[in-house]
Amino acid sequence: MLCALPKKDISGLNRGHIRKRPKTSFCWLTTMAANIEENIRCYRTAPFDARFPNTNQTRNCFQNYLDFHRCNKALSTKNKDVSPCEWYQKVYNSICPISWVSKWDDQLESGTFPGKI
Amino acid sequence: MAYSTQLGFQDAASPIMEELLHFHDHALMIILLISVLVTYMMVVTTYTKLYNKNITDSQLIETIWTILPAMTLTLIALPSLRILYLMDEINKPHLTIKAIGHQWYWTYEYSDYVALEFDSYMIPTSDLLPGQFRLLEVDHRMVTPIGSPMRVLVSAEDVLHSWAVPALGVKMDAVPGRLNQTAFTVSRPGVFYGQCSEICGANHSFMPIVVEAVPLEHFENWYTMMLQDA
Repeated sequence: MLCALPKKDISGLNRGHIRKRPKTSFCWLTTMAANIEENIRCYRTAPFDARFPNTNQTRNCFQNYLDFHRCNKALSTKNKDVSPCEWYQKVYNSICPISWVSKWDDQLESGTFPGKI
Repeated sequence: MAYSTQLGFQDAASPIMEELLHFHDHALMIILLISVLVTYMMVVTTYTKLYNKNITDSQLIETIWTILPAMTLTLIALPSLRILYLMDEINKPHLTIKAIGHQWYWTYEYSDYVALEFDSYMIPTSDLLPGQFRLLEVDHRMVTPIGSPMRVLVSAEDVLHSWAVPALGVKMDAVPGRLNQTAFTVSRPGVFYGQCSEICGANHSFMPIVVEAVPLEHFENWYTMMLQDA
């Protein structure tokens, strides 16, 4: 004997475990060439960098550190907004060991940093 | 995890390790067949009453026992290369963790968002709770979310170490001044143990690695809790 079950009323907002999501702009994976602000806002972790495809990521870390400081220097010399440089900072913070970063920061302060900025 | 009468690998906790397991079974079966065949041929040749003193060569048999081994080697090489290239794929990680080796403990850094850094020391045998594993437990485990591709960057502060977790199919040398990248995805929740795999001094055997894989929500809660405790 088949019994027709009454249909649940799901017209209201309260659907039990289903919460209505607030409207946000989703972070789809974007390429570097796209919107910089979008990339920085949607940052998850350092993406694959084709310049450093191999196991040794030492140079990846150092290059992003250099690029951040060079970017800061270049943009602030021209009195421009330095927020695009935040990308490099996010990447080097993700990749570089904290001890390396603090050592390089100390070297920068004391003027003994070996890289060219 | 490892146990005393273990003969094979630990159960795989990542897709790559699963592939390696299956490949190992495949290759082991082939070499087992070859070993049995060769042993049989040796025994039979030793005790056979059939012999001919006038045979000098045979092109046919030489061709057969060149072609067949070549085909066997191809059967081994193709799956092996497939896994090699699979391991090399660009995997778009969701999270980067740094594992830094010291004498004689590991430091884990999670610095994608708010920097979290903690040391992971082995729990001494005298401090173990009932049910814990001797020489394998640590005070702070490296917690990862399941199902997310991870990037682990391995380095060292003093001497050579090596970060290895057999259940995940991962081993990467920790070299001072160098940052070595390895990647994996943990496919099931659980606790996975490993040990330092490069001789690094007196307590080389006493700096284990423990990876605890949990659902993302639990990982986020753990992260928040660790930041508050720091």
